[in-house]
Amino acid sequence: MEFDLLINAIIAGLMLGGFYAAVTAGISISFGMLDIVNIAHPGFIILGSYIAYIVNVHFGVDPILIAIVALPAFYALGSIIYQVYYQSFEKHGQDSLRGLAFFFGLLFVTEVALNLVFGVDYRTVEVPYIGGSLSIGAMEFPVRMLVPCLVSVAMFGGLILFMSRTFIGRAVMAVSQDPQALQLMAVDPIRIKRIAFSISIATASMAGAFLITIQPVIPSSGREYIGRVFAICVLGGLGSLPGTLIAAFMIGVIESITSTFYGPSWAPAVSFGLLLLTLAVRPSGLFGR
Amino acid sequence: MRTPAFILILTAVAAALYFAFSYVGNDYLFFAGYTVLQYIVLATAWNILGGYCGYVNFGSAGFFAIGVYTTVFLYTVGQQIEDLVPEFMLAPMQLIFPLPLPVMIMVAGVVAGFIGLGMGYLTLRLRGVFFAIATLALTVVLETFIVNWSFVGGSRGAYVIPPNEVPIFGHFINFLFVLMLVLVILALTTARLIERSKLGVGFATIRDDELAAEASGVPTLRLKLVATVVSGALMGMAGAPFPFYIGYVEPASAFNLSYAVNSIAMPMIGGTTSWIGPLVGALLLGTLQQVATVTISSAVNLLIVGLLLIFFVIIAPRGIVGLVQDQLRKRSKT
Repeated sequence: MEFDLLINAIIAGLMLGGFYAAVTAGISISFGMLDIVNIAHPGFIILGSYIAYIVNVHFGVDPILIAIVALPAFYALGSIIYQVYYQSFEKHGQDSLRGLAFFFGLLFVTEVALNLVFGVDYRTVEVPYIGGSLSIGAMEFPVRMLVPCLVSVAMFGGLILFMSRTFIGRAVMAVSQDPQALQLMAVDPIRIKRIAFSISIATASMAGAFLITIQPVIPSSGREYIGRVFAICVLGGLGSLPGTLIAAFMIGVIESITSTFYGPSWAPAVSFGLLLLTLAVRPSGLFGR
Repeated sequence: MRTPAFILILTAVAAALYFAFSYVGNDYLFFAGYTVLQYIVLATAWNILGGYCGYVNFGSAGFFAIGVYTTVFLYTVGQQIEDLVPEFMLAPMQLIFPLPLPVMIMVAGVVAGFIGLGMGYLTLRLRGVFFAIATLALTVVLETFIVNWSFVGGSRGAYVIPPNEVPIFGHFINFLFVLMLVLVILALTTARLIERSKLGVGFATIRDDELAAEASGVPTLRLKLVATVVSGALMGMAGAPFPFYIGYVEPASAFNLSYAVNSIAMPMIGGTTSWIGPLVGALLLGTLQQVATVTISSAVNLLIVGLLLIFFVIIAPRGIVGLVQDQLRKRSKT
């Protein structure tokens, strides 16, 4: 019995990890590759959840489909934010303190604005597959976890391919290492950074839809993800997408086992504890260069 | 101005404020004033690390809550002293407990200072960004512990019943108000002392170019630890009287994100380079919020704070103090 419990905890953790990968993808690009500490990212994820919620409630469309339709809007939002960030902070050199405060303000404003519009009630979406589950032997696969996990891993795979195969993807990897060299290759580093940052915000749309498929959402849900997301990002080695994916699965499994055997109220502390530990012992992460 | 003179002036202003409020005789003034004063302490404390050293602390709410829960812990121990302590220790312990509030404040300062030291030691050797993220993480870890710790109320929360009357001051809120005034004087004096000492110069070198500072022999890690400890201790002290002020605390209110936002927004809006900035920012924003909470709603007032923070970091990076300085300079030129 204990063994079944453990197996199911690991399976749940793996599916959770797949979802965490989508949540972290954006941070891995903005923080890991572009060195933009976008702590507002979880706020945009919650925004994505609420967009999925609104359209779902009115038209009954699948939240993940909504997220895909909303991708261009999030991309545009990302472009605007990067433009403001670049004009006010990045252009004048390293002023990380104000940049941090800027994103912190964005996070806070998003949360409070959602609070004002939607109130603090938990919101959920209606999808036919919520509640269903596949089972193989003693193993249980709840579909509401399985679908986001699979789509998320597919999206992550797409991102990895994009970054390693296309010209723009490679330019993004290059801009994190040597923007000046990139300029010598006749590529505008600002444009590349803007594209990359916009992509990172676009992933928030998807992650938001996954989140509201998996669990009910309130405006302050984003906060729990700040530490978790950075923990995964740092653990995976900053800016390494495959590393991030592995770290996401690890955190998912560890959290799931903790909440199965010690109670769910301890789960948030696990990732934060791991983050503190990683920062103290090996800040370059498990898979860092 | 010498420090004793500075303290004297602050004390005179504080006394004038207290007597003016007493003269008006409206208890609400003390309640609202307490909150504003609490924000002055928080903002000044944040600025010692954030403004002087350039290390952003998102965990103000965490340090504040350490203070809050130190008081709750000591209060609960005082309430249940018969059950907790073996018979032969009871008499001496009953002499000590229940602890007077000023002692609790000092204990809270020490506890928060130590936690700041520990966290700083773990993360301050890294880039500033990691420190900032770690402070966010620390808040959540602490909140999880408090939620799971039933002795201090867990997620249900804990009641702390303030005495109705205190000698000399009369109403308890007057006493709390005076305690906060003392903390404000302490915080402002500390900030000003640091600013004008070798310590402050060291902090400034860290803020401007840490690598160069390290290379020229500034003990950066030690200085950063000093800043984190002083800043954390002050925040803890600001939180310590809070349970008596509010009467009932639960983790969600003690770890409220608005403390973190306010203690960043206030110095940023006021100006981070000197002790005047956080004071101006906290007075303005704190009063504005008190007015907005009463007249509009508390959610709207938080929105205002967030928008003001974004607006100021983009438009006026040096805050109100910076704007005023620019104006003065322009006038003196023409």
